[in-house]
Amino acid sequence: MKSIDPAARTPGQLVRSILVILLAVAWLVPTLGLLITSFRPQADIATSGWWRILAAPRFTLDNYAGVLTARHFFMNFINSFIITVPSTILPIVIAALAAYSFAWLHFRGRNLVFLIIVALLVLPLQETWVPVLRMHSRLGLTGHFLAIWLAHTAYGLPFAIFLLRNFFAELPRELFEASKVDGVTEYGIFRSIVLPLSVPALASLGIFQFVWVWNDLMNALVLLQDLKKFPLTVAIQSLLGSYGSEWNLLASGAFISMSIPLLVFFLLQRYFVQGLTAGAVKG
Amino acid sequence: MKERGAQLRAWLFILPALVLLAAYLVYPTIQTFRMSLFGGAGFNPTRFVGLRNYLQLLTHDSLFLKITRWPPSGALVNNILWLILFSGGTLVFGLLIAVIANGTRLERIVKSAVFLPMVISATAAAVIARFLFSPDASVGLLNAILKGLFPGFTPVAWLGTSEVVNFALIATGVWIWTGLSMTVLSAAYKSIDTQILEAARVDGASPWMTFWRISLPILAQPISFVAITMIINSLKMIDLVLVMTVGGPAGTSRVIGFSFYWEVFNNNLVGYGSAVAILMLIPLAPLMVVQVRRIRRQESGK
Repeated sequence: MKSIDPAARTPGQLVRSILVILLAVAWLVPTLGLLITSFRPQADIATSGWWRILAAPRFTLDNYAGVLTARHFFMNFINSFIITVPSTILPIVIAALAAYSFAWLHFRGRNLVFLIIVALLVLPLQETWVPVLRMHSRLGLTGHFLAIWLAHTAYGLPFAIFLLRNFFAELPRELFEASKVDGVTEYGIFRSIVLPLSVPALASLGIFQFVWVWNDLMNALVLLQDLKKFPLTVAIQSLLGSYGSEWNLLASGAFISMSIPLLVFFLLQRYFVQGLTAGAVKG
Repeated sequence: MKERGAQLRAWLFILPALVLLAAYLVYPTIQTFRMSLFGGAGFNPTRFVGLRNYLQLLTHDSLFLKITRWPPSGALVNNILWLILFSGGTLVFGLLIAVIANGTRLERIVKSAVFLPMVISATAAAVIARFLFSPDASVGLLNAILKGLFPGFTPVAWLGTSEVVNFALIATGVWIWTGLSMTVLSAAYKSIDTQILEAARVDGASPWMTFWRISLPILAQPISFVAITMIINSLKMIDLVLVMTVGGPAGTSRVIGFSFYWEVFNNNLVGYGSAVAILMLIPLAPLMVVQVRRIRRQESGK
């Protein structure tokens, strides 16, 4: 590829390469430090930095064994999955239905409703927590996973509808018209034409929503209100807050919680970046 | 009749989404506004106090806003600091990396490295930052580096000193979010027509001039998109502050979002906390309008 960079034609090529490397290192080192720390013996972690491993290369899996057996961490890990999987599937299904209607069906108020949904993208979730908690308690949902599934579904909808509607709207019109002539129902068109053609968009959205819910701390902390149902993020947060922090457990615990999104990221980077940059405001 | 059936079916498709959005976003926000006019402790404040919560917040809550002493302080001021430095930092670093890495052999690796923190949770980022910012120079990398460079350096408690804590938090935020800004700006930068840049070069424009006079104006749209996104993110900021410092030391790293959380869930002042949440909407409302306008423009441009 031909470089279009202004600096490329100056003798600064080398300087530029060095700067690029420095930035990459600066961005990576904190995470790398945590990874190394998580494999060091507890005594070493407390007394020296991870960069000392060259002087004293001692490694252990104790921190991982420790964190998975102590403090309900394993249960929290499972909870993270229990929370995340339905909270990923539900909003996509509901948003896909709505997005199809916004893109291809005609009804009065369509643009207005869509623009209201776009505006909701900006709304901080803080505005909603207390009334949502009260609603959950009236419905007897407090402390049930269903409560957080519904909340994550609703909170994920504005972005999901926005993303899918834009994708659906780009599909060629002829596809729909031929089917309509053949008498296929709206739902039939949605299922057998729109969805199969939209797999890339659905994948991007699914990955994005999965990682977002997996990483969520605030909604779980506020809306679950039950120690036994908390995900990993809340478990680590409470460990961080406790006095005399157990650094070894923190390091391994944090890395376990990072491992799933990192895996998703490295395996499906292209989809992930697409989903994230398509609309980019959430939370 | 056929037309009415079609209308009905169209509404049926959006009905589940509408019900959830109304129940979880629209109605609760209205409720929060109503509650902000009530006072007292507990989850069902019943004493109507009008705008007194807002007055208290803006004039008598030194942790929220203190302007009687220079420099002004409090959550509101910290949030302005966040808005400027976080948005500016992510934008500058994102643009810098997008431009200087463009076309180099290391481009993909650098971009993955910078994007990586976007993928991890604020909680994990907080653990990483705790190690990085540790006041103990034998454990904390930042103090260790500074001590290595300047032998007489006294280690700083980055997260425990009120003068620096906000900068440490914002730096962590910039570390996380630059990946997004870089990705958007890099895609935009790559789409600039190389012929224009080539023409500028042939006409004798220096690389710097080409960048400032041609590339940057072309990038105005994506830059404003990133800026607005980051401003919104800075105004909503809550989780990083909660996990890294719990607003401390002595409340000096609070931001508006955190104040809301603390008043409601720690101090049990639901009406007062709701007023904080509503105040937060004031700067966000114009940004909502901007977002909606941009979408409408995109639609009509199609």
